[in-house]
Amino acid sequence: MSKVRVLVGTRKGAFILTSDGKRERWDVKGPHFAGWELYHIKGSPVDPNRLYASQSSGWFGQMVQRSNDGGQTWEPVGNKFIYDGTPGTHQWYDGTPHPWEFKRVWHFEPSLTDPDSVYAGVEDAALFHSADGGQNWKELPGLRGHGSGPHWQPGAGGLCLHTIILDPKDPNRIYIAISSAGAFRTDDGGKTFKPINQGLRSEHIPDPTAEVGHCVHHIAMHKSRPGVLFMQKHWDVMRSDNAGDSWQEISGNLPTDFGFVVDVHAHEPETIYVIPIKSDSQHFVPEGKLRVYRSRKGGNEWEALTKGLPQSDCYVNVLRDAMAVDSLDRCGVYFGTSGGQVYASSDAGDTWNAIVRDLPGVLSIEVQTLP
Amino acid sequence: MIRIVLPAHLRTIARVNGEVQLDVNLDTGGHATQRSVLDALEARYPMLSGTIRDHVTQKRRPFVRFFACSEDLSHEPPDAPLPDAVVTGVEPFLVVGAVAGG
Repeated sequence: MSKVRVLVGTRKGAFILTSDGKRERWDVKGPHFAGWELYHIKGSPVDPNRLYASQSSGWFGQMVQRSNDGGQTWEPVGNKFIYDGTPGTHQWYDGTPHPWEFKRVWHFEPSLTDPDSVYAGVEDAALFHSADGGQNWKELPGLRGHGSGPHWQPGAGGLCLHTIILDPKDPNRIYIAISSAGAFRTDDGGKTFKPINQGLRSEHIPDPTAEVGHCVHHIAMHKSRPGVLFMQKHWDVMRSDNAGDSWQEISGNLPTDFGFVVDVHAHEPETIYVIPIKSDSQHFVPEGKLRVYRSRKGGNEWEALTKGLPQSDCYVNVLRDAMAVDSLDRCGVYFGTSGGQVYASSDAGDTWNAIVRDLPGVLSIEVQTLP
Repeated sequence: MIRIVLPAHLRTIARVNGEVQLDVNLDTGGHATQRSVLDALEARYPMLSGTIRDHVTQKRRPFVRFFACSEDLSHEPPDAPLPDAVVTGVEPFLVVGAVAGG
């Protein structure tokens, strides 16, 4: 019978939750790296026991941990992220030039074909790659070298490259997103990147339709349709049907279109999920109700999923990398909250249960469906 | 033999218990320095590279301080001689994580 492994990054360590395919009883292991911030943990699609974890702290900087046994044991690997050439400057919050400084890894994206090949999205925003299992890291300079880099400005969470999507049908195509520069795409394996923000409108920037400067929070794709992308922007939920060349708003009847997460059902490419958050100044769910919204039509028409979720006095947030799906039938959906709850649905969102309720604040969730 | 006391999180990373004891290359005057001690520490425990000093600038990370012989050595130049009591192993070289929190 299949198994599910949920990799949870929190503000004070990593946790690994496992269950059989019924997803009724869960084993909770952790904390790994207790006391450290775990921004992201992700497994290789071709070797699920190969995991990469981003462990960081304001005191001691960045560690990269690697596991070859599904998270039972870990070894530190390379943590040297050196920008290519002279790093130069980006804009600081007040518009003044600020030197590019490495702070942390926000996201690991292991290769679809090689467990030793892995990409890292970092703050200050850049894309790095390792071809040797995380021992050595090299920047793909075409992204910051796109020309707009000196004009990028950090969002409230920092100038972070938080989303990396590898096209399963075209190994040369990679999508990335940066807060708050926007979305970019390479079609030549990372040599060059171009902004893909046409159709985004952000009222809080001087030119609301600028080529760069949009605060993209997350992007999701279904592997069967790599040209179709769904985006949760700072405000607005968006969709592209042409690999990001243009975007259309699909917020529809959502109670608020601010939020962080967006994800796609494992077997239904037009079924998508978001969790509306009240606003950028009030980072909690509206009306004290934790509601996942599902659209079965690729956006615009949304239904609230509430069964098993708190519907009063709830004021948690769900951060950008804190939702994931499994590939069982029926599709499981998982998310983690700033209050330390990890919720799971084994019926595509119809009903929810808390796997665990009292972890440190959740930063990221990834799910592995194992044989 | 120079004795080094690491903060708990770095002891966990390096998988050591208690003090670290290192042979450190002394300069021609018989002195050890912050730089030579940290170089020796990172050579023995490569996983600590970048956790005490920045990879690029080699500057002490802002929330890390150095103490020895009841003195704060954090702002001493990295090539300044450490006290004799540290070099002879009478006193440890302390790497301290700032006490900060709410």
